[in-house]
Amino acid sequence: MVAHGRQCKIEGSQATARQTAELLRSVISQQRVPYTNQAGALIDAVKAVGEQLIAANPVELAVGNIVRRVLHIIREEDLSLTTAAIGELNLSAVSDDENDDDRDGNTTLSAAAVAAAARSTLRPPSLQTLLEDTPVSAAVPQTSSSGAADKSSRSRKLKHDVIEAVNELIQDIVTCHEQIAEQAVEHIHQNEVILTLGSSRTVSEFLFAAKEKKRSFRVFVAEGAPRYQGHLLAKELVARGLQTTLITDSAVFAMISRVNMVIVGAHAVMANGGVIAPVGMNLVALAAQKHAVPFVVLAGSHKLCPLYPHNPEVLLNELRSPSELLDFGEFSDCMDFGSGSGSPLLHVVNPAFDYVPPKLVSLFITDAGGHNPSYMYRLIADYYSADDLVVQRRAIAGN
Amino acid sequence: MGAQKKRAAAAAAAARVSEDPDDLARQPLQAILLADSFTTKFRPITLERPKVLLPLVNVPMINYTLAWLEAAGVAEVFVFCCAHSKQVIDYLENSEWFSQPNFTVKTIESHNIISAGDALRLIYEQNVIHGDFVLISGDTVSNMSLTQALQEHKERKKKDNNAVMTMIIKKSKPSPITRQSRLGTDELFMAIDPNTKQLLYYEDKADHSKGTICLDKMLLAENPSISLHNDKQDCYIDICSPEVLSLFTDNFDYQHLRRHFVKGLLLDDIMGYKIFTHEIHSSYAARIDNYRSYDIVSKDIIQRWTYPYVPDVKFCGNRATKLERRGICFTAFNSEIEQSRSAQVGSFTVIGYGTKIGSNSKISDSVIGEGCTIGSNVLIEGSYIWDNVIIEDGCELRHVIVCDGVIMKAGAVLKPGVVLSFKVVIGERFVVPAYSKVSLLQQPTVHDSDEELEYADNSSGTVEFSSIQGTADQSNGEMTSESSEAHKPKLGTGGVGYIWSICEGGQEEEWRHSVAPIPEDKLTELSEAMDDDQELVTQDRTALSTSGELISDSNASEGDDNEDSKDDSVYFEKEVEATFLRAVEENVKVDHVILEVNSLRLSYNMTSADCAGAVFYSMMKLAIKTPHSSAIGLLTLYPSPFSMVASNAYPIYLSGELQQNTANIITTWQKLLKSYLLEIDEEIEIILKFEEMCLESAKEFSPLFARILHILYDKDILQEDAILRWADEKEGADESDKVFVRQSEKFIQWLREASEEED
Repeated sequence: MVAHGRQCKIEGSQATARQTAELLRSVISQQRVPYTNQAGALIDAVKAVGEQLIAANPVELAVGNIVRRVLHIIREEDLSLTTAAIGELNLSAVSDDENDDDRDGNTTLSAAAVAAAARSTLRPPSLQTLLEDTPVSAAVPQTSSSGAADKSSRSRKLKHDVIEAVNELIQDIVTCHEQIAEQAVEHIHQNEVILTLGSSRTVSEFLFAAKEKKRSFRVFVAEGAPRYQGHLLAKELVARGLQTTLITDSAVFAMISRVNMVIVGAHAVMANGGVIAPVGMNLVALAAQKHAVPFVVLAGSHKLCPLYPHNPEVLLNELRSPSELLDFGEFSDCMDFGSGSGSPLLHVVNPAFDYVPPKLVSLFITDAGGHNPSYMYRLIADYYSADDLVVQRRAIAGN
Repeated sequence: MGAQKKRAAAAAAAARVSEDPDDLARQPLQAILLADSFTTKFRPITLERPKVLLPLVNVPMINYTLAWLEAAGVAEVFVFCCAHSKQVIDYLENSEWFSQPNFTVKTIESHNIISAGDALRLIYEQNVIHGDFVLISGDTVSNMSLTQALQEHKERKKKDNNAVMTMIIKKSKPSPITRQSRLGTDELFMAIDPNTKQLLYYEDKADHSKGTICLDKMLLAENPSISLHNDKQDCYIDICSPEVLSLFTDNFDYQHLRRHFVKGLLLDDIMGYKIFTHEIHSSYAARIDNYRSYDIVSKDIIQRWTYPYVPDVKFCGNRATKLERRGICFTAFNSEIEQSRSAQVGSFTVIGYGTKIGSNSKISDSVIGEGCTIGSNVLIEGSYIWDNVIIEDGCELRHVIVCDGVIMKAGAVLKPGVVLSFKVVIGERFVVPAYSKVSLLQQPTVHDSDEELEYADNSSGTVEFSSIQGTADQSNGEMTSESSEAHKPKLGTGGVGYIWSICEGGQEEEWRHSVAPIPEDKLTELSEAMDDDQELVTQDRTALSTSGELISDSNASEGDDNEDSKDDSVYFEKEVEATFLRAVEENVKVDHVILEVNSLRLSYNMTSADCAGAVFYSMMKLAIKTPHSSAIGLLTLYPSPFSMVASNAYPIYLSGELQQNTANIITTWQKLLKSYLLEIDEEIEIILKFEEMCLESAKEFSPLFARILHILYDKDILQEDAILRWADEKEGADESDKVFVRQSEKFIQWLREASEEED
């Protein structure tokens, strides 16, 4: 429905993430919750929409991230309600578990996954994580045995809580720039030289924040071919009174020895701490490593992707139109398929992203603070539930 | 730099938008989409399925157009269906297009419409277009942004009420050899005012054999500067004001959008309607007009020029595909295909859902549809295979189009340029010759004699065909009935279908528009022909440059006239020579030759002196060619530097034989020559011609000049007066010009003395 109009029309992870969250919120609020297994119904609804959203724009990983975050929120809220319920109604649920007809495919698969997740996540209330799987299904028949008034109030409460939490999530996404920028002064020091590539809103806010705190520093901006967004960034920086030097991407290596710190934005951060970033970033990262310059990546938490880059579902790259590189008219005679073997001798390839391996990244700055690449999996365990990592595949198989 | 310009333009456009946002908001943009091209170029496929529903990289063409219109901000689209309208409407009803928010698709159906002009007249009568609209046909692929073009159009309209149309053009260089664009359409000449971007001249059917185009002198007089382009491609996307529809109604003879409407407006200076152009640079737009453009646009899509309308981005109705890396290039795959381990799928290939590929098959640069079964050891190169095709083991397909449901039995071979229509069966080891079109339907024999009106009235005509012949075949599945076998060209054992004979244009032109690349030998042939032309062009002082700016001055138009006459004389000479040679070969009577040459003379508007010159020229040429047996003779056929070498190497041998030949020929054909030598002027013309030949094209004669002059005198072809007059005229000339006068000095001396004696 709403999902179809989305392809390639929204630019930027943040906007996409926000809109996804808003869309899911409306899905949740419109979803009629049955008396039994409300959490399951909500999860199914969100999954169905989420699958479409992910398919509509598989390159934008933020969509999948947000879908998984919302699913996680639903599970968490449900869990907190059921633990409350369990506290009231004694722990007699386990016997009911066997004749539970609502048990769907979700839970059978997740038993092993939860065990694995529990092992890796090291979340503080470890009992809760262990119970996380069973209560979802086990608690439901219990509620059916309790009074109708209780049910309706609980269902309303769940929905209300979930919407509340999604609102918080949206708020987080909206304010992620400010939260990251708050940390700017801790990282940018007096008279430093900062290098950045292309343009990222997060980076520019970060630099502005440091400038506002009366830090004086200089910025080198690599232009970021072929889209040349670095030009725009340079313009903005100059408007804010920052001393700016614009260089070509290929001059990065020559300039890196004069740079104190590289600060860049990212398209997505993978579970292993690798970064998917605008094309040319790997070059900058390698140059920074060669000269032992810290390579700092700024990323809002919506860019944290719980998948690994070797996962076949992850579409790491996107090939954009070659017309960004060269003028079709000028080269039209090179692309005459009408002669010779029928295939042109000139191919123009315009990938949008680079993959920067985790060992080249010195520090991630997210809205939750600064982290090492090796700490990423821990953050991800906080934000996502292990059941949802495979949302897409199971949804397809289910259809 | 380009990016900066774009940005500036975008900013400017944005500023303008903010000036009158309510103006835009008040009128939702409308579009007319013609779901019929009103041509027969895609026959025989279009006999069974409308062109707009043909799959282009596995997505029906109309989806590209609709997706673009939606993205470009069009709110309402009227799809005009004519041929196979039922199919189009059914398809649209089942697609997602009817359920889009902010984007309405409405269909208009009519069966008795035979041209775009009629269609627009009908739409005018329905009174559904209220403001500016986009006129596009359903076979156009684009990703351009309309904002700027639309803004420019509106602004012009505000200033000048006569600016009724903005035409989108794109730079694309035509091939200098074949004189056609990369999309297989004829080279297009456009004259555009570089300042206002007004279109002043549009010619897509220029006569290349002449090598000239004619511009109206008034064009140059009225416009201080015009730029003439041949490297612009017409994208067939027009932004029109509502007046356009009423113009079509007023001029009921307008049929074709370009040939009648655009040219009509350009010529008509009473109403003063103007057409402007908008050139797009970074975005893509092209119309699929023939099989070649089908091939080219498919490849452009696979190479992602049409981004975001590419196979791996879901835009409408297509299944998500995945790119896989093959070497440096990419191949689009659907996740669920069965591919043998030993099959080799090369780069720039798209393979549809549920297709099976057997072992050791090689596929490259191709598009394969859904549910196809490809056997082992199959070779597919640069081909377009649609859905549910079965290709058995060992088949070879190069640069072909294979429609839905075709079955190719083992070992069948399709040569380049073949088109197999729906459900054709090709028999075992049958080789389908190049450029042939095979269909279950018989070729319609009734042909519109008027090529201009080759409009798709086929919807009614073809139904009959299919009901008579087609149903029998389809129900049988195999071609068993003997009666039909008798008059069908067989397609091998078990083959079903008719091979269409190539009609209009003939085999000659078939390679221009087919899916196959232009064969190597055709290219060399053409480039040789072009080299010949080049000589002509360099003689004329202007060659057509790719896009030169002509500054208007009076000389330019005069120059054109000179060029014309010069050109004519060269052609005239060639014609006469051809006539003469034929006469020699076929022993035509002298009287008849005279008659033929006379008629040529009249048609080219030449004087008899020209005739005499031309006839003499051809006789001398013949004289050179006659000693065919000797190697030198062959060499001398080519008036090129190495024939000089030859004549130098064997001067004596050659000159003796040549003189003899010349004498013989002159004796045989003296009557012909004499019939044009009415006065002394013509005789002098002959001598001058001969001199010119000796200097330029037939240097072998130069040592023989005096002797042949003597022969001509002996045969009473030249009178002594003429020779003497010529000698006198040459008296004052440069030394270099006098070579031959010197050579024949003795002869002239003798003539002078003789005449004095007579006195």
